[in-house]
Amino acid sequence: MSAGGARRVVVTGIGVVAPGGLTAKAFWSRITDGRTATRRISLFDPAPFRSQVAAECDFDPAAAGLSARDTRRCDRYVQFGLVAAAEAVTDSGLELTEELLEATGVVMGTAVGGTTALEAEYVVLSDTGRLWLVDADYADPFLYRALVPSSLAAEIACRYAVHGPVQVISTGCTSGIDAIGYAHQLVQDGEADVVLAGAADSPLSPVTAASFDAIKATTPDNDDPARASRPFDRTRTGFVLGEGGAVLVLEELSHARARDARIYCESAAYAARSNGFHMTGLRPDGVEMALAIDSVMRQARLNPDEVSYICAHGSGTRQNDRHETAAFKRALGAAAYRIPISSIKSMVGHSLGAIGAIEMAACSLAIDGGVVPPTANWVHRDPECDLDYVPNVARELPVEVALSVGSGFGGFQSAMLFSALRDQPR
Amino acid sequence: MSRRAVITGIGVVAPSGLSADEHWATLTSGQCRIGPITIFDAAGYAARLAGQVAGLDVTGRVAARLVVQTDRWTWMAFLAAEQALADAALDPAGLDPYDLSVVLASSSGGNEFGQRELQRLWSQPARKVGAYQSIAWFYAATVGQLSIRHQAKGPNSVLVSESAGGLDSLVHAARTVARGTCAVLAGGVEAPLSPYALACQLRSDRLSTATDPSRAYLPFDTDAGGYVPGEGGAVLVVEDLDRALARGAPVIYGEIAGWGCTHDGLRSTRAAAGDSRQYARSMRLAMARGGTEPGGVSLLIPDALGVPEADRAEAAAITAVFGPAGVPVTSHKSLTGRLYQGGSALDVVTALLAMRAQLVPATAGTPRPASGCELDFVRTTRRQAVDTVLVCARGMDGYNSSLLLRHPRRLTWPEKRAANGAG
Repeated sequence: MSAGGARRVVVTGIGVVAPGGLTAKAFWSRITDGRTATRRISLFDPAPFRSQVAAECDFDPAAAGLSARDTRRCDRYVQFGLVAAAEAVTDSGLELTEELLEATGVVMGTAVGGTTALEAEYVVLSDTGRLWLVDADYADPFLYRALVPSSLAAEIACRYAVHGPVQVISTGCTSGIDAIGYAHQLVQDGEADVVLAGAADSPLSPVTAASFDAIKATTPDNDDPARASRPFDRTRTGFVLGEGGAVLVLEELSHARARDARIYCESAAYAARSNGFHMTGLRPDGVEMALAIDSVMRQARLNPDEVSYICAHGSGTRQNDRHETAAFKRALGAAAYRIPISSIKSMVGHSLGAIGAIEMAACSLAIDGGVVPPTANWVHRDPECDLDYVPNVARELPVEVALSVGSGFGGFQSAMLFSALRDQPR
Repeated sequence: MSRRAVITGIGVVAPSGLSADEHWATLTSGQCRIGPITIFDAAGYAARLAGQVAGLDVTGRVAARLVVQTDRWTWMAFLAAEQALADAALDPAGLDPYDLSVVLASSSGGNEFGQRELQRLWSQPARKVGAYQSIAWFYAATVGQLSIRHQAKGPNSVLVSESAGGLDSLVHAARTVARGTCAVLAGGVEAPLSPYALACQLRSDRLSTATDPSRAYLPFDTDAGGYVPGEGGAVLVVEDLDRALARGAPVIYGEIAGWGCTHDGLRSTRAAAGDSRQYARSMRLAMARGGTEPGGVSLLIPDALGVPEADRAEAAAITAVFGPAGVPVTSHKSLTGRLYQGGSALDVVTALLAMRAQLVPATAGTPRPASGCELDFVRTTRRQAVDTVLVCARGMDGYNSSLLLRHPRRLTWPEKRAANGAG
């Protein structure tokens, strides 16, 4: 469905909980300053693991406005979601009347949901792995809500008494972009006028560390944590785990205009393809990511020359950054060499499902603020990654059109376009 | 949305059987497939019954190396998807791979695999897991595997809305078809029977602790005392109507004619269970989208949780929309257990088979309706016109979904141009 005949979707509120920046403003200031938030892991003892660095949130639920009961009931990732949603709703200035609540939805992504809580309870119930038949009597009363991550969107929906469509999307590392894409389609199709859309993940736990260690996906560079995440740099050695959440308020354009809302940008197009290739491996040619980019460009009726900025997946694995660079060239041709591209994972790590939403927040803020964040730690040029990765220093430039992409285990390849709002759709 | 979504293939892997035919035979003969848990020794757990998939064997059907890399949950999906594609006579090799998608619901991932790896991690000082933990446990594992297996390279997705997810995946499949994808594998299966996953489910306080399989899961009944969990579900082929006609699909089971997805805005506490206004609204939305009035619905398949407060709320919603005894209701979760998102997908299969046979299998598990649950239960298996079926499901903590299915004879057939693939 092209943008032409369909209802138009805009972003009217932003909330972010990210490592080194627990509000949208603090997050944006952090990444436009090019300061990394990666460090030696403190949330658990990383000593047994190959990769011992991560980007952690210094998150205090009480300081972030959560009650003791919220904190007890909700896993850390749900807490990130609640806090990001609260900031986004306040930022949007929306008045959620009874009538509007029936047209308001919540769509949240998460890759691993309550895994951290599930693991912690498992250790207790199994007596540190000794019992196969775990002792259910010791279980936390909210454990079922950790097992099934539909609780993430439900908690936000219950906080605002939302009555529209609510969903959790769990497509691994593209969950965030896919959740916002799902919300985009709900508004386009008239199934909702407003959607709180985003993602949250708090995967920092031994099982996550061990899982990525086992396939050597995360970096073993533990000696200099601030420089551990090096997307697109020739010396990159894997990704650095992160955690966090972000929520955007997506709103139908005329609804936003009628209430004179502040509009950050237009949510112009979303597309997904799958590589059908391998659960973790990527084809070097980047065909499916390129096809997802082709689709969003077509939907938004844009030429490659009109793209101002690409917020890359840029995980910092050998394979991903090469794959992605190939995809940009395949989809955008010569323009790929001119468009500024950056990976904010260099600073805030890879928070699995959450990062896609954090990156869409970054795209909104880039369009709104006329500045693109850099790729930190970029020093050595890789002959296979030969585009403009905005090394180390943010760049001021008018951002009319921001493209974001994601790539994940299971072959998911997603693309989304945000653009400065124009009176006429393109 | 000009493109219309129809269901052309069915795959079942459930306690009720390993095919649509077996499922139908189980339902029409009213056989209860709930029994003591045998997958592991559940004697120490408060809930010891479940609906299990008997004779699940993927040897020779799935490459040995893939069996090792995946959970029981994914095995069930492999078999169900294969059946659905065969039933639809849809060979992915003959399709543009970008025209085939997989959109499944998921609730809890590869539980047994995950527990085994957690045990390996925590029982030894080395703190290690195997190489496949990162691809077998997470919620998207099954969709990723199906995408590779069938070269489904279109827009794929994974939806988590607890037991409502099976319907939500079919809704999203219809949206995906409306946006131009030719065919979508949709539905869901669930494998919630590992010791740790059962311990988690016990904490929902909604599981039945009864020990008599035939009396353990009694939705809407005076003796309702929670539900019995089960494994399995269904995968269906959702297809663009024009394309299905053009390729001569052997069967069009029905059209996804309408849907309504709402949220209570309330968590599923017993105190909140009485509020079913949004559930009723999801039913109305589904009918409005499908251009049907309550009087035009031939049959309703309810969520049937089996928790008294929730049953009363569901009956109140149905009554508010259809009037007292305003629509025939049939439910078979007492025969299979509650398969979470797999259960709502399986209810869609039941609805499609009822339309095909013009036969409604008797409801199961409600010998004596509780006060406030007096619905028009279909008491004996009977022949009747089944043109339009409303399937309803609720997910823990506020999710409501209703899906309206319509018999193909009620379709306004597209013009002849569809036959040569133009348009």
